[in-house]
Amino acid sequence: MTERTVELEVLRYDPDKDDAPGFQTYTVPYREDWVVLDAINYVKDELDRTLSYRWSCHMAVCGSCGMMINGEPSLSCHTFLRDCPEKIRIEPLQNFPVERDLVVVMDDFIDKLGSVKPYIVAKEERSVDDGEYLQTPAQLAKFKQYTACINCLLCYSACPQYALNDDFVGPAALALAHRYNLDSRDVGRSAREDVVASNPGIWECSFVGACSEVCPKSVDPAAAIQQTKIASAGDYFMKFLMPWKRK
Amino acid sequence: METINTDVAIVGAGGAGLRAAIAVAEANPALKVALISKVYPMRSHTVAAEGGAAAVIKDNDSLDDHFHDTVAGGDWLCDQDAVDLFINEAPKELMRIEHWGCPWSREPDGHVAVRPFGGMKIERTWYAADKTGFHLLHTLFQTSMKYESIERFDEYYSTDLVVVDGRCCGVTAIEMRTGQVRFFRSKSVIIATGGAGRVFPFTTNGAIKTGDGMTMAYRAGVPLKDMEFVQYHPTGLPGTGILITEGSRGEGGLLVNKDGYRYLQDYGLGPADPWPRKKAMELGPRDRLSQAFWHEQQKGRTISTDSGPVVHLDLRHLGEAKINERLPMVRELSKSYIGVDPVYDPIPVQPVVHYTMGGIDTDIGTATCVGGLFAAGECACVSINGANRLGSNSLTELLVFGARAGKGAAEVAADGGENPVDGEVLAAAEAAENRVLALFRRNDGTESVSGLRRDMNAAMEAGAGIYRSEDSLQTCTNEMQKIRERYGNVVLTDKSNVFNTDLVEALELGSMIDVAAAMAGSALHRRESRGSHQRLDYTERDDDTYLRHSLAHYSPEDQPAIDYRDVTITRSQPAERVYGGAAE
Repeated sequence: MTERTVELEVLRYDPDKDDAPGFQTYTVPYREDWVVLDAINYVKDELDRTLSYRWSCHMAVCGSCGMMINGEPSLSCHTFLRDCPEKIRIEPLQNFPVERDLVVVMDDFIDKLGSVKPYIVAKEERSVDDGEYLQTPAQLAKFKQYTACINCLLCYSACPQYALNDDFVGPAALALAHRYNLDSRDVGRSAREDVVASNPGIWECSFVGACSEVCPKSVDPAAAIQQTKIASAGDYFMKFLMPWKRK
Repeated sequence: METINTDVAIVGAGGAGLRAAIAVAEANPALKVALISKVYPMRSHTVAAEGGAAAVIKDNDSLDDHFHDTVAGGDWLCDQDAVDLFINEAPKELMRIEHWGCPWSREPDGHVAVRPFGGMKIERTWYAADKTGFHLLHTLFQTSMKYESIERFDEYYSTDLVVVDGRCCGVTAIEMRTGQVRFFRSKSVIIATGGAGRVFPFTTNGAIKTGDGMTMAYRAGVPLKDMEFVQYHPTGLPGTGILITEGSRGEGGLLVNKDGYRYLQDYGLGPADPWPRKKAMELGPRDRLSQAFWHEQQKGRTISTDSGPVVHLDLRHLGEAKINERLPMVRELSKSYIGVDPVYDPIPVQPVVHYTMGGIDTDIGTATCVGGLFAAGECACVSINGANRLGSNSLTELLVFGARAGKGAAEVAADGGENPVDGEVLAAAEAAENRVLALFRRNDGTESVSGLRRDMNAAMEAGAGIYRSEDSLQTCTNEMQKIRERYGNVVLTDKSNVFNTDLVEALELGSMIDVAAAMAGSALHRRESRGSHQRLDYTERDDDTYLRHSLAHYSPEDQPAIDYRDVTITRSQPAERVYGGAAE
């Protein structure tokens, strides 16, 4: 009996020696319990030491191993061979420059993450001796979902707005801003408004919802962006109705 | 070679590295911090910690209890002055993380909630559902962006410490995007690179846990302490080794063998109460639970699967609502990776390599014997974990000692002091660069990185697992010496300068081989059983000879030389470790 196999068509590109990217095909064994990352690791260990990609945890929490699998932004450690066709096309995440093979340049994302001030802006300095901020389970539940982002970039890869305009702050960073805005310990919403409500911020989003569909952690950045729009629009009208409320 | 001048260089940007960077920035904003990591900070393996972080905060708890649980859990190999410092600082550090936004799970009145954990007399483990490490890491990473003095160098693989005249003057690192070696010239250096679980084939540790920082310090003359103590977590998923948190048992999960019997009652952990009794049964310490599994296997009472023997972790009685609230990731991981929904079926689990108690020898202030060099977190051995770490002490440890390392390194950097002349320092940095270039350029080798790594993994599993013996360890150390020699013959296939993971994996393998040799050598020489180090030929603890830390000293050619240092005992004299009903 011949062993069952799958074919991986992997996009290869080494700027050191290639003029243009091209596909290379590898045949690897099929295992019922393997994820695509296991198959790629097989290539690396047994067939071709020159293949470059990122990975670490193999349990869908470190966010390293995002790639296009048959055209869909996916975590390769969370996509099973048994759910794929016998020929699997693997490419770097779209909407990002390719550094090499399946490794994309993520500087832009990292800058955007920092731009939304993703940390608690407290009303006043609090000493550890004062104990914890009280936060009820209901207050926690308001933002908990938006803390689950693993920064895997799948949402940027799926986002049609980011594809058109890379000034767009983008789903994960906007969801993170929303997470802090909703946190009962935080008063930083107005400080984040510059970036969040600017043109390349929330108003760019056309609410296609592709980001939320590909999110492996059910963060639902599309919902975060829509809620932010409502809050920011509210602010805008409040300026006219209740000018004394301005910060 | 480009030199990047900074004040404090930090290698590793996981929990300990980030906490240290923030501590430097807060202690002295005028100091420049270079935070160097082979991965983006949020990829660091702190991200995978699940169950929680221990610190005394509730009225029914006491610092004394945390102290005694930790010391007994470590089978009295902990330095008690360090444990005292740790338990005292722990509540403040966790509180700080609360102020920085960590989404801790809460009680109905808004106070931080705690859950029971193995080997702890009272529930004191703070948790953020079952993603505590993930939240801790992201909170630290995001908070670190507030500080302008912290400059990150993401995806720089550190290769060597530059040490001249007993002073650490910086670190060399490969910028992975270009393949160029850079020299970070600094006044002090902190190593915070985490553990080395990848030395073994079956581990909860991510691919990046290759002990690089341990080896950098070791080669630079700092001993590795207590390396024979490697923790097996009792509940990993078969096949992948994915961690199923101890929090599952903290919430009331039960372990049963193939007969549905709660076998832990046969190993001094009973009685098998239907309710969770602290420090008993499923809430015993990890070393005891993993050893009990081994004995069940010997008795033929485990369940055979394609991925080896397993026992069952049963959560069904907790009910869907509680599982979803407290253990959502456990449910998701179990469903995804082995097709078992713990709401309806028990989870098959087996022991898996999880944590290195040993590490870079530091004093209570995280300083090493090399001037200006500090270490914190799993890569270091202070030591608060002794022969067996209690679950939920390690996340707290990386905060407490990460912060101390930051303060210590900031003081050294601000003091200035006598620095060696530039010429000698640059020559040392260039020697490090040349070592990398020699490996990169070599064409005549016969060993592949993946093949040699597999052999190293196999030797460690066969010789230095849960139970060890003179024979198994002698074979293992001999094999490791051969593997070291074979490493001199490794050849790279990939000759590109851009994101060359063949090169990085080759350097990581070099680190792992040295760490593995230190583990096996230290284990061979410790002829007693203590905590996670169990010998079939020396089954008892021997305080007369071995109530001491082992220190492995690096040799470029030979096996490590092992010597010993007394344990610091302040207020808890060594006694029998007692768990189960007898512990009350």
